[in-house]
Amino acid sequence: MNIGNLLKIALKALNNNKLRCFLTMLGIIIGVASVITMLAIGQGSKNSIKAQISEMGSNMIMIHPGNMQRGSVRQSADDMQTLKIPDYEALRDETSYISAVSPMVNSSGQFINGNNNYPSSLYGITPDYMEIRKVSVADGEMFDEADIKSAAKVCLLGKTVVDNLFPDGSNPIGRVVRFNKIPLTVVGVLESKGTNSMGMDQDDVVLAPYTTVMKRVLAVDYLQSIFCSALSEEMTDQATDEITSILRSRHKLKDDADDDFDIRSQQELSEMMNSTSDMMTVLLACIAGISLLVGGIGIMNIMYVSVTERTREIGLRMSIGARGIDIRNRDRQHTPAAQAAVSRTCDS
Amino acid sequence: MDNTDYIIKVEHLRRDFQVGGETVHALRDVSFTISRGEFVTIMGTSGSGKSTLLNILGCLDTPTKGEYVLDGSSVRTMSKNDRARLRNRKIGFVFQNYNLLPKTTAIENVELPLLYNPAVNAKERRQRAIEALEAVGLKDRMEHKSNQMSGGQQQRVAIARALVNDPVIILADEATGNLDTRTSYSILVLFQDLYAKGRTIIFVTHNPDLAAYSSRNIVLRDGRVVSDVINPSPASAREMYASLPNDED
Repeated sequence: MNIGNLLKIALKALNNNKLRCFLTMLGIIIGVASVITMLAIGQGSKNSIKAQISEMGSNMIMIHPGNMQRGSVRQSADDMQTLKIPDYEALRDETSYISAVSPMVNSSGQFINGNNNYPSSLYGITPDYMEIRKVSVADGEMFDEADIKSAAKVCLLGKTVVDNLFPDGSNPIGRVVRFNKIPLTVVGVLESKGTNSMGMDQDDVVLAPYTTVMKRVLAVDYLQSIFCSALSEEMTDQATDEITSILRSRHKLKDDADDDFDIRSQQELSEMMNSTSDMMTVLLACIAGISLLVGGIGIMNIMYVSVTERTREIGLRMSIGARGIDIRNRDRQHTPAAQAAVSRTCDS
Repeated sequence: MDNTDYIIKVEHLRRDFQVGGETVHALRDVSFTISRGEFVTIMGTSGSGKSTLLNILGCLDTPTKGEYVLDGSSVRTMSKNDRARLRNRKIGFVFQNYNLLPKTTAIENVELPLLYNPAVNAKERRQRAIEALEAVGLKDRMEHKSNQMSGGQQQRVAIARALVNDPVIILADEATGNLDTRTSYSILVLFQDLYAKGRTIIFVTHNPDLAAYSSRNIVLRDGRVVSDVINPSPASAREMYASLPNDED
């Protein structure tokens, strides 16, 4: 029996059982669609969780000066002055695993606007910092390279600072606030980030060019830390190694000397992220597996029923000279699952 | 009877079934030959082994012992597929309950055996199916579906289906069993016409009245042939049919 005849018979059989054919198709369609939808939803939520976690900066690397002995006295890391601007520039220009680098110097003090004042921290940074810490400007704009070069007296205010310095709700952009005695022009307001996982208010910040903070506020020539973003969370380790070798060679450390800096990455965050996405994967695999199994059993039942109700027809076809293979082929046109039952019928 | 011109030869046929631990002897030593052009009725009470014999004659089953030669080929040693081929080319089946495919037109039912014969193309298949339906007087019902026809008409379609492959024998299993007397005779008329045209027919039945219309009657009892009588002058089913009152008039 040739393929054309088989197809014709199969189509006729489907045509004779329109409703069942439709319901079976519906079942299969819904089953497959639900599996696909579920996978898509799963993938989506996995990505969204991932995005939320990396929002916290899972690929962030922080470089602090390391504590070092001077003579026999161990020094506090804060007093060390080993990170300099050229170190930052070297990291900016020479690394291949880092997408963004920003130096950081910070100073605490009182911000004053007219008769309102509020104690906050002033961070001296470059625009890269925004990408590293996933901060964005809600209103106004970020300072640029020219501002950094000229140590411009500009700043961006966090939401909390704005609320306290401008309680009347007036627009702070273009206004001048004072940090201790230094006047800073407000060029932008930061997007609110709320509190972080430690309960610290992330909106309680003021950002300014690092040169401004170093020269005009602190009058220092060293950096308190350098913030970097690895290209991706997985590349954090390579980035760390690269930073280490660059800084060691720049600081001319001997092979047996300890690092005079300290690199920290968000290991905990990345572990959490990994375990979350692993859990997600397992969960999805389980759900998809169960749906497929249930769907498969459903389809199998329909197949079994359609073969059982065909035993007479199969017997007749056998009697007029169909071979076992013809019957199997015919059913294969409907579905492969019918095979086992058919061969049983043929053999009995 | 010319012994060399036989269609069917069975010799010392035995068929045993294992039922539980017991062996049931359905056929014990059955031997006969059927020549070309005979109309044989095989009769027997239920349990006499006639269904088993029919299954073996129809190549659906193989004997435990003994020889069965159908049109020159020995069936006993054949493979399953060869037997299927033999059924397709040499045997036409007519069943008690017609066994037409449901929701399928008469002509498609008749075409069915030819679908399994790759030597026949679609055009020839159609042509032969039309001829077979003409032969059973159903030319005007070709496109009727099997559930839109009466029992007698369905049985005619089934006979057309049995004829379409031009088989050497027609095996009928209680072919009139489901029909009323009048329709039964109309089917018998058809069989007698086929017989008159030289077809070999084996008609299995438990109805002793039918023996009179065949040319030979074999009676089975307990798996043995108890009588094998040639009927030199079969009664005419057409006369009987004509004599029966027609309810529709």
